[in-house]
Amino acid sequence: MTIADGPALPKLIGERVKRREDPRLIQGQATYVDDIKLPGMLHLAFKRSDIAHGVITRIDTSAAAAMDGVELVITGTELADHLGPMPIGTPFPAPDHFSVATDKVRYVGEPVAVVVAEDRYIARDAADAIEVEYDELPAVVDPEAAMEADSATLHEGFERNIAVESYWGGTGVNPETAQPEDDSAVDAAFAEADVVVSQRMLNQRLAPNAMEPRGVVAQYEPGREYLTVWSATQNPHILRTLVAAMMGLGEHQVRAVAPEVGGGFGCKINIYGEEYVAAALSRLVKAPVKWIEDRTEAFLTTTHGRDLLGYIDLAAKSDGTITGLKARIIADIGAYEVLLTAMIPTLTGLMMNGVYRLPVVRHELTEVFTNKTPTDAYRGAGRPEGLYFLERAVDMVARELDMDPAEIRRKNFVPADEFPFATQSGLVYDSGNYEPCLDKALEVADWQGLLAERDAARAEGRIVGVGLSFYVEVCGLGPSAVVPTGGWEHSGVTVERGGKVTATTGASPHGQGNETTFAQMLADHFSIPLEDITILHGDTGVVKQGIGTFGSRSQAVGGAALISAAGKAGDKMKQFAAAMMTDQEVSPEDLVFEDGRIQVEGAPEVSKTFAEVADYAYVPVPLPPGMEPGVSEEAFFEPENNTYPFGCHISMVEVDRDTGETKLLKLIAVDDCGNVINPLIVDGQVHGGLAQGIGQAMFEEVVYDEDGQPVTASFMDYVMPRAADLPVFELDRTVTPTPINPLGAKGVGEAGTIGSTPCVVNAAVDALAPFGVTHIEMPLRPERMWRIINEGEGGQS
Amino acid sequence: MSEPVPITINVNGRKRSAMVEPRLLLVHFLRESLNLTGTHVGCDTSQCGACTVLLDGSSAKSCTVFAVQADGSEVQTIEGLADGDELHPLQDGFWEEHGLQCGYCTPGMIMSAVNLLEENPAPSEAEIREGISGNLCRCTGYQHIVNAIQHAAERMAQS
Repeated sequence: MTIADGPALPKLIGERVKRREDPRLIQGQATYVDDIKLPGMLHLAFKRSDIAHGVITRIDTSAAAAMDGVELVITGTELADHLGPMPIGTPFPAPDHFSVATDKVRYVGEPVAVVVAEDRYIARDAADAIEVEYDELPAVVDPEAAMEADSATLHEGFERNIAVESYWGGTGVNPETAQPEDDSAVDAAFAEADVVVSQRMLNQRLAPNAMEPRGVVAQYEPGREYLTVWSATQNPHILRTLVAAMMGLGEHQVRAVAPEVGGGFGCKINIYGEEYVAAALSRLVKAPVKWIEDRTEAFLTTTHGRDLLGYIDLAAKSDGTITGLKARIIADIGAYEVLLTAMIPTLTGLMMNGVYRLPVVRHELTEVFTNKTPTDAYRGAGRPEGLYFLERAVDMVARELDMDPAEIRRKNFVPADEFPFATQSGLVYDSGNYEPCLDKALEVADWQGLLAERDAARAEGRIVGVGLSFYVEVCGLGPSAVVPTGGWEHSGVTVERGGKVTATTGASPHGQGNETTFAQMLADHFSIPLEDITILHGDTGVVKQGIGTFGSRSQAVGGAALISAAGKAGDKMKQFAAAMMTDQEVSPEDLVFEDGRIQVEGAPEVSKTFAEVADYAYVPVPLPPGMEPGVSEEAFFEPENNTYPFGCHISMVEVDRDTGETKLLKLIAVDDCGNVINPLIVDGQVHGGLAQGIGQAMFEEVVYDEDGQPVTASFMDYVMPRAADLPVFELDRTVTPTPINPLGAKGVGEAGTIGSTPCVVNAAVDALAPFGVTHIEMPLRPERMWRIINEGEGGQS
Repeated sequence: MSEPVPITINVNGRKRSAMVEPRLLLVHFLRESLNLTGTHVGCDTSQCGACTVLLDGSSAKSCTVFAVQADGSEVQTIEGLADGDELHPLQDGFWEEHGLQCGYCTPGMIMSAVNLLEENPAPSEAEIREGISGNLCRCTGYQHIVNAIQHAAERMAQS
């Protein structure tokens, strides 16, 4: 072989590499949970509460149990012999929560009994045949009324339905005592302000609506005392830990698999009752069982997101300098605390510093139980709520002072030379450079041109507005100090015989494209072709350890673990290569990977092919002193801090005077997520986030009536953004790498949902400002907009 | 439950006969009886389009069609779209333009787009957005899907 054998390999990091996941997905060859069939498999159906709040007085399962093809019908009380209350992942006090209700139901959709049957049609028929009687209790629907002394309560021991109360404020939190340093400074700042805006705002309840509903297949093998669970989850390793605990098994007796997963957006982080029930019933009936959620069940039982009510006060000087923030937040968390429920609203307050120097902050948070579906993470998870409140309030101050919304933000930015920057809430922003990002957004959008266009449209009698927002978010979750499951990620890298590479990652994807981006990173690291690399994920039987995919952590934490493992594997390859070149007196430190070879840096004639070295590693004759055969290395990466991406979004909307319909004309997003591995995938992540953020601003809302009945339980009633509702997004980037991980990548999965929502609402308020409004509640329903235009209702309610 | 009835459906060019319950949905016939699991169920109410197939050449939501209603018809699913190893231009377009993320809506989205391009081989951006409005995607924000369909339309026009 000569060194001219192979072509030079292009560097792939930063390139628009087509996804390696796609061939199976575009040909219908992928395996989602519902595609799994096991011999002898039975099907589950759940009987669910059709009232919001009541005591179960009688369950009659006899008709169901008598049906042909029904294997078992079991109630919550009976199931409680097999499954205890479900674990949660936060340190907050929480009421007992059983997978299937035992005595009381607390939201419509809560399971009360389960059927195991031969096929899903029979299982459904049998569930329908179960008769349940309740003593109905008053439904607790309004979170503010829920805190009144005369309200019905959901849980014993949680007076006035309050789950969590927290307070901090002053000129900063003392890290020693976790107490505010000087709270009186807040009142002083507001007393001395030239302008104070105060606004009640609802960040409404949303349904995450991954297109694949939840689903689970469980197979307990009694002879092996071994459980395998396939589930549509974002975090199979957490599933393994929790299902093992619930089943009284060790983690060594459980394999959890996230096969192809059809989207998550936070709602597949929680480990749900149905997953535990499937495991327990597989053991009970000695057969594999399957449960697949339908869409109405998803609306009723898959965790919702957001639902924060904010009373926001922002103080400023007449030159636009922001001098203080007060936020009183009421989180309607629904009927129970599930995995991360109580933690999500705490992120809101943590992130309400935004991109600004805020001299003083007071933050009050109350989390309240109501008779609704439990909440948990939904894309952005706490940050969209906080940034919405803040960015709306900043806009209101700008309007009050007749300042340009871009300039008030510029005036209050944390300057580039103050990073790392410690916020009032105790976070440390890793890196940031906000002004170039703002300037780029203004340039891409042609801000002055947009304003002129708006004014020209108004002169024609059209109702047009422009809006801007600037966000910062927290990504790359860990570190372990703040993530109850551990905040690290794990990766394994094996160089196979023949020089091919298999890598594993605990960052279990569901659309993020890790099989592509992680392969790009390894291709560059080892200087081998992309085709020579396989990335495995989503199976605890294959991936030794892991945490999962949430909080935009795949690259920032999972990618860093991969690079760390690759570094170890590469070191060993170099040691073997050096051992093969002993006659040339080569030391491993002299070697580099170059176009499929391992060579002395600057001396390509002294080299071995990657494949030759790999083959030698597995038949190491002679075995170099002090070395073990083979190349299979692993690494955990523990981040020392989070990452803090940021960005500026600009939009233009037009409202139809006659119908009240809002049309989004333009959306410009300039995001800074640090270094980019694959711009095609990053753009896709931003696009999807934007659509969801715009969905919240314009269309989406989970609605309950006064009896706690959900009135948005299908896609007929819950308005999802469709293709024709959205404009062509204009994207650009600035790049401010993070020092927290060796990739310099911050994470981008949630960015779009954070900046776009306040941006679009700011534009809508700008459009309707001539009608006297200073705030409009989301979503921007045509009726709401029409009333402001035609009835001058101000849109405050 | 009523007695099974015989049906024969031509699926992806192959005659498939079976005895089915009259209430069996076409999507379950495809997925459960024929193991053609590329067609997905996203909502059960024909709002999301994940289950879209071609029924006698026109896009249809197979979660809202009984298998018995398709008796004697021709059905094409995502599995029957490629010509051997050669991807259909729409499959290729989705791959080239990153028209998918989690992939769950993708088979239905592609089948809808097949129908769209058959009816309108050179759609404008607005026509594409209108044409796929019966299909929900939660991942992509649709922009790369629009690009993918444009990519396919251009390629199909050249050939």
